[in-house]
Amino acid sequence: MIDGWLLNLLLIIVKSVVLTVVLLVYLAYAIYIDRKVWAAVQLRRGPNVVGPWGLLQSFADMLKFVLKEPVIPDTANKGVFLLAPFVTAMLAVAAWAVIPVNDGWAVADLNVGILYIFAISSLGVYGIIMGGWASNSKYPFLSALRSAAQMVSYEVSIGFVIITVLLCAGSLNLTEIVRAQDSQYGILGWYWLRLLPMFIIFFISALAETNRPPFDLVEAESELVAGFMIEYSATPYMLFMLGEYVAILTMCALLTILFFGGWLPPVNIAPFTLIPGVIWFVLKVTFFFFFFAMVKAFVPRYRYDQLMRLGWKVFLPISLVMVIVVAGILQFAGSAGAN
Amino acid sequence: MAVAFFYLFSAVLIASAFAVIVSRNPVHSVLYLILAFVNGAGLFLLAGAEFLAMILVVVYVGAVAVLFLFVVMMLDVDFAELRQGFSKHLPVGAAVGAVVLGELGLVALGWQSAPGAKEAAAAPIVAGVSNTAALGQVLYTKYFLFFQASALVLLTAMIGAIVLTLHHRPGVKRQKIEEQNARTRDNVIEIKKVPSRAGV
Repeated sequence: MIDGWLLNLLLIIVKSVVLTVVLLVYLAYAIYIDRKVWAAVQLRRGPNVVGPWGLLQSFADMLKFVLKEPVIPDTANKGVFLLAPFVTAMLAVAAWAVIPVNDGWAVADLNVGILYIFAISSLGVYGIIMGGWASNSKYPFLSALRSAAQMVSYEVSIGFVIITVLLCAGSLNLTEIVRAQDSQYGILGWYWLRLLPMFIIFFISALAETNRPPFDLVEAESELVAGFMIEYSATPYMLFMLGEYVAILTMCALLTILFFGGWLPPVNIAPFTLIPGVIWFVLKVTFFFFFFAMVKAFVPRYRYDQLMRLGWKVFLPISLVMVIVVAGILQFAGSAGAN
Repeated sequence: MAVAFFYLFSAVLIASAFAVIVSRNPVHSVLYLILAFVNGAGLFLLAGAEFLAMILVVVYVGAVAVLFLFVVMMLDVDFAELRQGFSKHLPVGAAVGAVVLGELGLVALGWQSAPGAKEAAAAPIVAGVSNTAALGQVLYTKYFLFFQASALVLLTAMIGAIVLTLHHRPGVKRQKIEEQNARTRDNVIEIKKVPSRAGV
């Protein structure tokens, strides 16, 4: 009895550690891809000094951040100031606990997996508010308020988009959502085609939710110096960056699972079906991450009021109407209530 | 194992709830309140109500507490001044507290559960129906009217909040996106032929 749960606990710990390590190593190269893509668009070389083709750049950066001295402002609220980056980084990694990278390969295959991710990502705003407030300085505070308003606004449309996917899949479980997309049509049977407007809204909202350009008003350097992390240095700063990038990867993984068939091969014939699902999953996440990097490179930054207008007056009504339309079609086409 | 987690969550919940009222800094109070919410969600999870746990985090922690935090951070309350009349108002506060406590005690002691509630609670959950699906099936069929009525109450509150804060101030320059998009070369630019040495 005791051995049973001890073994279970050990298994969960091993799974979590493996997932975290793989995620962080992948993250190091995702940052490298981000910088390389950005550089290529601007006709630069990007990181190319540390290691062959600059492949070890992210590790060198990490070492530098860790070895530097963290400076805490005198007037800062020390406890909250140091807690904020930890909250951001921990929550970002915690979201990956429920993400299935292959059929049955999730640390925790929750019944309410998608709600769990939604809950965790809605907590992400606390790291930013706490960091901005605890710095006790005007620019970080303004930036934190901006960012909180932005994230709360776009969460609404993300929520409605998720609801349309749930209606189609008939389950809150991420594994079930991927299985529901498995059909003989391969890539054409995934939800991105059936729910194309929702797919686009989700992608743009994901950019806003993770504070990526063109919605990076949080760190609009032309007006707010560097956003809510001005006062941060060394390891706390690195934790903020880590949290931000892991959140981006989470959004890419969500796009993959909700709209792009998770671990499923794009065509259901021999050479594609032989490749393991994990590889398809990683390829798809990288594909979406590439688009995140490209958008950063060539879309100019939005103004704050334009951002709010887009969220509340364009995305919210469209996604709300789409929830009703999708539910209506499912009801009258007779495929509702699959669960 | 579940028992250990129950005591962990409960202990942190009670400690953080206590910290909410004794913290000197109001922002710390709100942060402790969030900790209390999260532990409450943990207790829901242990009870097998995973949907309620997630909704508690999404709604209370993700939305309501963010607004709390906003308000508390923006308000510049001088708490030293607020504390000045503490001993003067103590008897009134204590009296109100005692009345509320007494009422709560009366409710708790005189609690009568509905006939059949115990059996319903002990009844096994239908196999193959997840917690969320079961909740949805009851909410949208048996309690449909109550569900709609509470939604209407919320809608009224929302409209009320908008009406209270909406001011149409005259003379404010606003951006009209449609008008900007409707501008064309023809109706914006006027080409004038300027005769030389005459000015416009």
